[in-house]
Amino acid sequence: MKNKRSLFAVPYVGWMALFVVAPIVMVVIYAFTAAGGGLTLENFSRMGSYAVVFTRSFHLALIATAICLLIGYPVAYMISREGPGLQRVAMMLVMLPMWMNFLLRTYSWMSILENTGLLNRFFSAIGLFKLLNTVFGTDLEYFAMINTKGAVVLGMVYNYLPFMILPIYSVIAKMDGSLLEAARDLGANSFGVFRKVILPLSLPGVLSGVTMVFVPSVSTFAISKLLGGSNELLLGDLIEQQFLGTAYNPYLGSAIALVMMVIVVVCMALMNRFGEGEEQAVML
Amino acid sequence: MKKTFAVLLALTMALTLCLTGCGGGGERIVNVCGWGENIDPELISQFEQETGIKVNYQTAESNETMYALIKQGGTDYDVIVPSDYMIGQMIEEGLLAELNYDNIPNFELIDSQYKNLSYDPENKYTVPYTWGTLGIIYNPTITGGEIDSWSALFDAKYAGQVGMIGNPRDAIGAALLYLGYSVNTTSEAEIREAYQLIADAKASGVYQGFFMDQLYDKMEAGETAVCTYYAGDFLSMHENNPDLRFVVPKEGSNWFVDAMCVLASAEHKEEAEAWINFICKTDSCLANMDFIWYASPNAEALEQYPAYYEEVNGEPMDPALYAVMAAPADVLANCEAYVNLPAETLALYTDLWVELGIG
Repeated sequence: MKNKRSLFAVPYVGWMALFVVAPIVMVVIYAFTAAGGGLTLENFSRMGSYAVVFTRSFHLALIATAICLLIGYPVAYMISREGPGLQRVAMMLVMLPMWMNFLLRTYSWMSILENTGLLNRFFSAIGLFKLLNTVFGTDLEYFAMINTKGAVVLGMVYNYLPFMILPIYSVIAKMDGSLLEAARDLGANSFGVFRKVILPLSLPGVLSGVTMVFVPSVSTFAISKLLGGSNELLLGDLIEQQFLGTAYNPYLGSAIALVMMVIVVVCMALMNRFGEGEEQAVML
Repeated sequence: MKKTFAVLLALTMALTLCLTGCGGGGERIVNVCGWGENIDPELISQFEQETGIKVNYQTAESNETMYALIKQGGTDYDVIVPSDYMIGQMIEEGLLAELNYDNIPNFELIDSQYKNLSYDPENKYTVPYTWGTLGIIYNPTITGGEIDSWSALFDAKYAGQVGMIGNPRDAIGAALLYLGYSVNTTSEAEIREAYQLIADAKASGVYQGFFMDQLYDKMEAGETAVCTYYAGDFLSMHENNPDLRFVVPKEGSNWFVDAMCVLASAEHKEEAEAWINFICKTDSCLANMDFIWYASPNAEALEQYPAYYEEVNGEPMDPALYAVMAAPADVLANCEAYVNLPAETLALYTDLWVELGIG
């Protein structure tokens, strides 16, 4: 029986070996290779000068993840409380944007946020700027939204929010209703039920949601290019430059990617500690 | 378990072998890599009909991307169309094959002005495809005045209106030109001075950001008022926003040539040369100029283009636009082509560019 089961796993193991393990091994090898060949630690010695980029990327990704959690948790919770028909529709609406290409969606945010973009034209059409200018004596023509850090965070939140909602929703929706009834029977009010039962039981979903939002946010380069105007280099931009830019230094690029991966793994491990043995959720 | 894995591995390898092998059998093909929107697609089907050779046309975003893809291996390009300085680097590294010009009789049609250029002094590897200048594109309805100097890119007067170009060679090049230095300087002090100019302008809020092809949308919509970009792309923008103007600044500029080359690793060299020969034909050059708005190095095509434009579009071509497309001799005399920089200088460019992003 056991042998048969492992036979079924072969294609998956082969796939993982080829497309997950092999690339990581290559990144590790490249990271320790000098441009002319031979082992070296030189690629890591330059990492200090990129410290700002690391902190900036982690900072923005953390903000984006926090916002996603703040929006995503209540949304997932409310959806799971609705009837099955409404739940299906709501889930479809959450996933609908993902049917469109990620770059296209981000590109359209560019035209929404620009100084002459949709939002600013709308504000100006309803006379908002005129009102503000007369009230505060200012000289506003538009809100500067594009090419700022805020726009980058917005892009991350918009693009990755479904990855926060979906895992939390699926955990809450599958929760055993009798547990909630038991809690109420034992005298908990609805806040107590939420705090003592629902919240702890939904933690695995929260953890995997946080991972699924944080990891792509910290490594993005398209969002910072389109919405941030490449004004502030993020980790993803830095790595992309090493592989596809003037620099062409895949060794340094791999070293940066490796350091980033290690930091992310350490963060996840720490988070697991708080999640008290919910590793499987984070690995999702 | 071990055995199954071995069998699976063998199967995968056999499959890959078949997949790569099958491509080469039977029909004749040529794999071409150029920029996006840089060829009239009609030409591809015309070539396929005439010769029976199938064209796989792929695109790359920039010279650097193309170079990286080729260096990493795993590409099957036969013909590539990089720019001058990148060609110099690729010849130096032995990535390009010497061409057999007997197979490219139409090479004769190319104006001698575009032959034996610094990147390929004996013209053994390349056939020019397009040429043009780098300049400033601006929207006078927003700037409220004319621009004729690179200073516009560093001037606080245009704070928040400038879209700086997103590649280090052109950005630092523009600053070097403004300071009166050569775009090919290897002096670290001069390059650092140029960098400082950009960094200061960035710090004082002159730039909206650092853009490449996003500039099409931003300039056309009036979101960005001033940017530096290439002549051919200006003409595309001008089609959608006639307010826009192009100027080659008085300090001079960069003029560039994109040329067709065959990779040393090419598997279809003969087909590649047939393709190059086809593209050099005057008819092909005319059709291509009309589609991509970049000037052709084919002397006949260049001369006939205004008449061709009138015939196709039913109205005469604006001579000012033609002068942007094919810069006249006195403008070109003030322009300098990029040459391949030594490795230390390239590394300096890269480091400064990262520094600009960090700051």
